[in-house]
Amino acid sequence: MMQETTIDRPIMPLRPTSFPRERPSRTADDLAGRPPKISVDHLNFYYGPKQALSDVTLMIPQHCVTALIGPSGCGKSTFLRCLNRMNDMIDNTRVEGEIILDGRSILGPKVDVVALRKRVGMVFQKSNPFPKSVFENVAYGPRVAGVRGKSVLYEIVEKSLVRAALWDEVKDRLNDSALQLSGGQQQRLCIARALATNPDVLLMDEPASALDPASTSRIEDLIFELRDRYTIVIVTHNMQQAARVSDQTAFFYQGELIEAGSTNELFTNPARKQTEDYITGRFG
Amino acid sequence: MSNSVIDVAPHGRFGIEGQAVRPRRWGEQVIGVALFGCALVSILTTVGIVIVLVAEAAQFFREVSIWEFLTGTEWSPKLENKFGILPLLCGTLLVMAGAAVIALPIGLLSAIYLSEYASSSVREVVKPVLEVLAGIPSVVFGYLAIVTISPLVRTIFPSAGVFNAASASIVVGFMVLPMVVSLSEDILRAVPRSLREAAYALGATKLDVTVKVVVPAAISGIVAAFLLALSRAIGETMAVALAAGNRPTLTINPLDEVQTMTAYIVQVSQGDTPAGTLEYRTIFAVGLALFVTTMFLNVLAQWFVARVREKYE
Repeated sequence: MMQETTIDRPIMPLRPTSFPRERPSRTADDLAGRPPKISVDHLNFYYGPKQALSDVTLMIPQHCVTALIGPSGCGKSTFLRCLNRMNDMIDNTRVEGEIILDGRSILGPKVDVVALRKRVGMVFQKSNPFPKSVFENVAYGPRVAGVRGKSVLYEIVEKSLVRAALWDEVKDRLNDSALQLSGGQQQRLCIARALATNPDVLLMDEPASALDPASTSRIEDLIFELRDRYTIVIVTHNMQQAARVSDQTAFFYQGELIEAGSTNELFTNPARKQTEDYITGRFG
Repeated sequence: MSNSVIDVAPHGRFGIEGQAVRPRRWGEQVIGVALFGCALVSILTTVGIVIVLVAEAAQFFREVSIWEFLTGTEWSPKLENKFGILPLLCGTLLVMAGAAVIALPIGLLSAIYLSEYASSSVREVVKPVLEVLAGIPSVVFGYLAIVTISPLVRTIFPSAGVFNAASASIVVGFMVLPMVVSLSEDILRAVPRSLREAAYALGATKLDVTVKVVVPAAISGIVAAFLLALSRAIGETMAVALAAGNRPTLTINPLDEVQTMTAYIVQVSQGDTPAGTLEYRTIFAVGLALFVTTMFLNVLAQWFVARVREKYE
């Protein structure tokens, strides 16, 4: 927790140094012109009697990076986990509202959650490779999806590792245990594993918060590269990171979506006072 | 942590990275000694038992060669002076194997159900019931074997005797079942939640997650749980003494009457065998054999548990 506060509270000259950034963000007009990949409509979410999300409405445009920011406990991770129904695994939760992915609702008991999760991949805060070989980790998703045949699997594994910018480092160690990789490599392995099921959407829950600056920077480069192929939603505690990698930013506070907009605009010209206070480090 | 003794100590017995440390307080030392004393009780008991076992067994092996003891195929210490432990060992392993056939699959599947599938409300009912099962005295199980299970076995297999290894196996299987379930369940639940989430997030079904992630990750611990349960099954006395019979038989037919090592010890201890005789010393020789067998299983189990730890730490 200590670490979070130090990351969250830089009284930072965010505006002058962060822009223009090295990787160009998509403009507000570009975002508006894109079809929504996911649209969330009046979403409420409850853990037992406690409401964790109140009336969240947000469009997530295709092939863009959407960053969810906000202080701890603001509901951004809960929101992320609604998008692939990971919250189903927690007892005693309730969801209201609507989430539409490619024109179809993903809420409700009739939705095939297994199929949904193949389309909406997820990368977690703490890298969590299976205690298996590098190859088997990446091949897990395709295998449970019914892909058989070593050569087909190998092709998928190679492609996924290449996309996750890990192939060159592990191509000679595919049969080594994934737990022998460094922290940054493990996280990229988890990204490769998520890519191997060929999803459209990639959810990332603070993917770099446990990594050193060099590994963080590699993950950020990777997110930028993946943007043209996948729709990415990333939760981050680190506002500079949101500013560096995202096209759209959504600021959550106490379960509500306070403000969402193009990253450029939100960081340079926030519409709401709370957003401004948060991004300038006045609270967090 | 910064106001601990380490910072302020002027001089003392332990130096940590060159810093002197104040000697521990009086009370601390007294508590340390008292706790050590408690630990010593179990250590001394173990050492004492091992010494007695080995000493008496040594007396026995002065008269009977170890070779004869380990390879002889007949056990008839009273009438024929035949001291081959194989029939007793065989009876023990036969009962253990039968118990394993019952307890391991049922136990593992129950544990998987409880840890992966059951809702917390089901778990709250099932776990106490298992504890009750674990708390039933073994003599009750033995009685149950004679009045219920043995007749059942004989209805199905008319060739079986009143006392047979199968009935003993079945009751011992049920006796160790709670242990298998609760140890395995603990181990399955210890598999980090993050691994399950990773698998679910990849579109795995509950069965995929269980079979391909959770059980493989826990396999060493499950094996350890199995071994501990088997070791318990081997040491089980009352139920097998009642149900399996008292005739040392070298057989692998579960319908035969057999005598296990534990049942033999009970039989001789109960009788009026005078201390100091060779027959009396057989108890210690058999006891030592039993001790070595269960210790072997326990050590093996420890080894598997250590492997689990390595994996997650």
